[in-house]
Amino acid sequence: MNDFLATIGRSALGFFASVGRLFLFAGVSISHIVRPPFYLKLVLRQMMLIGYNSLPVVGLTSLFTGMVLALQSHTGFAGFGGDTAVAMLVVLSVTRELGPVIAGLMVAGRVGAAIAAELGTMSVTDQIAALSTLSTNPYKYLVVPRILAGVITMPLLVIVADIIGIMGGYIVAVYLLDANPSSYLHLTWVALKTPDVMSGLYKAAAFGFVVTLMGCYHGYHSRGGAQGVGSATTNAVVSGSILILLMDYLLTSVFFS
Amino acid sequence: MTAKIVIKDLHKAFGPKKVLQGVDLEIAQGESVVVIGGSGSGKSVLLKCILGLLRPDSGEIFVDGQPTVHMGSSDRARMLAKFGMLFQGAALFDSLPVWQNVSFGLIQGQGMKLSEAKKLAIDTLAKVGLGADVADLTPAELSGGMQKRVGLARAIASKPEIIFFDEPTTGLDPIMSDVINQLIAERVRDLGATALSITHDMASARKIADRIVMLYRGKIIWQGKTAEIDHSGNAYVDQFINGRAEGPIQMEVRAS
Repeated sequence: MNDFLATIGRSALGFFASVGRLFLFAGVSISHIVRPPFYLKLVLRQMMLIGYNSLPVVGLTSLFTGMVLALQSHTGFAGFGGDTAVAMLVVLSVTRELGPVIAGLMVAGRVGAAIAAELGTMSVTDQIAALSTLSTNPYKYLVVPRILAGVITMPLLVIVADIIGIMGGYIVAVYLLDANPSSYLHLTWVALKTPDVMSGLYKAAAFGFVVTLMGCYHGYHSRGGAQGVGSATTNAVVSGSILILLMDYLLTSVFFS
Repeated sequence: MTAKIVIKDLHKAFGPKKVLQGVDLEIAQGESVVVIGGSGSGKSVLLKCILGLLRPDSGEIFVDGQPTVHMGSSDRARMLAKFGMLFQGAALFDSLPVWQNVSFGLIQGQGMKLSEAKKLAIDTLAKVGLGADVADLTPAELSGGMQKRVGLARAIASKPEIIFFDEPTTGLDPIMSDVINQLIAERVRDLGATALSITHDMASARKIADRIVMLYRGKIIWQGKTAEIDHSGNAYVDQFINGRAEGPIQMEVRAS
């Protein structure tokens, strides 16, 4: 019985300790965003790596998402004679929910893993320690550019994902399900609302923050050689993905309540 | 001579494992001190505590008379500007070419112009016996010995007052080890820098050191001039410098 309680106690303490470390890490990182020196060039380079290089995978996934949405809603609403609802459903789901979430999850897999692996390798080979001995703050040089790039480029990626997703719905509706092109576009336009799109973009910025933060945090604290880097990478992707879905729920309840 | 670095009663533990158990050490201006000791004796932890990469549990460290243990991050950055460090695995930045590695501290820390920094990097590379053709390679293209040389060039590029060497010869063949030892001794003398090295390579210690300090189980058990080490009269030191399996030293199983 005592052992059982001790185990619960230990894991609870361990959990709170790691949450505390994470918040501390996030706090220090944010404080370094606003204090000079700033590494603008590194931010731009990370924007290329995080944003631009994610375009193909985000574009493809959102295209298929839009297409499957149109197909599903067409068969689902067929019984109610509600073909007109297809356009609205595609627009609402993509802009409010699926655009940011799908793009976020893709970026968590692609970028979160890459950041964790890179910083993890730097950490276990003393490169991060070397930065501090060369009068360069590792938070400023490594963490801040990645977090800033994530927060800036995720909304841009989601704008692209929204457009391509809605286009995917249009392609399926018009070419496969014989919807009238001009009335479909009209319905799309009517359903497209600025607050919906904006809520998706705010979510995207938040997702960009958690994905890059998780990548940096797990990479920065990885220990123990190749295996440590491997588990840091896994942890970054898993925790990033879970936090995206959690934040998604929280932000949705804030925006639409 | 005034003391450049003073360490007083330094303790550091990781969980139940006590790595440093009251280390006292003074390093004079311009002196080269080598800390020897087996794996797990706390050598690396000692260096990391002085650099502020680890925070000691208790005890004090003074650099130029300034206490450093509870320093804020901007004061620490100013203090670290006096330091150069050669890491065990060289720890070169593999995303940057060799010359940017060498002049990294000058470009990022002091905002030196790139063209000027490259010229300085090539000059510094020449001091460690590397030609200008190496400057544009990436660290991954270099052999272990070459990486160590570049690491040494990076450590001395900003003309630091204090240089730390973490196992400078580990993983090198005997000839390359001697080359690196020679370079370290020469460059430290040129700069008039204070040097602190940790190693378990006695050939290296004899070549670099003015004074040798032996660390065992987190405590300094012997120190003296390099020439005195063969007549230390200390069983631990004798076992270590002769590399005998039998003796009072028991090897630690767990890494610190």
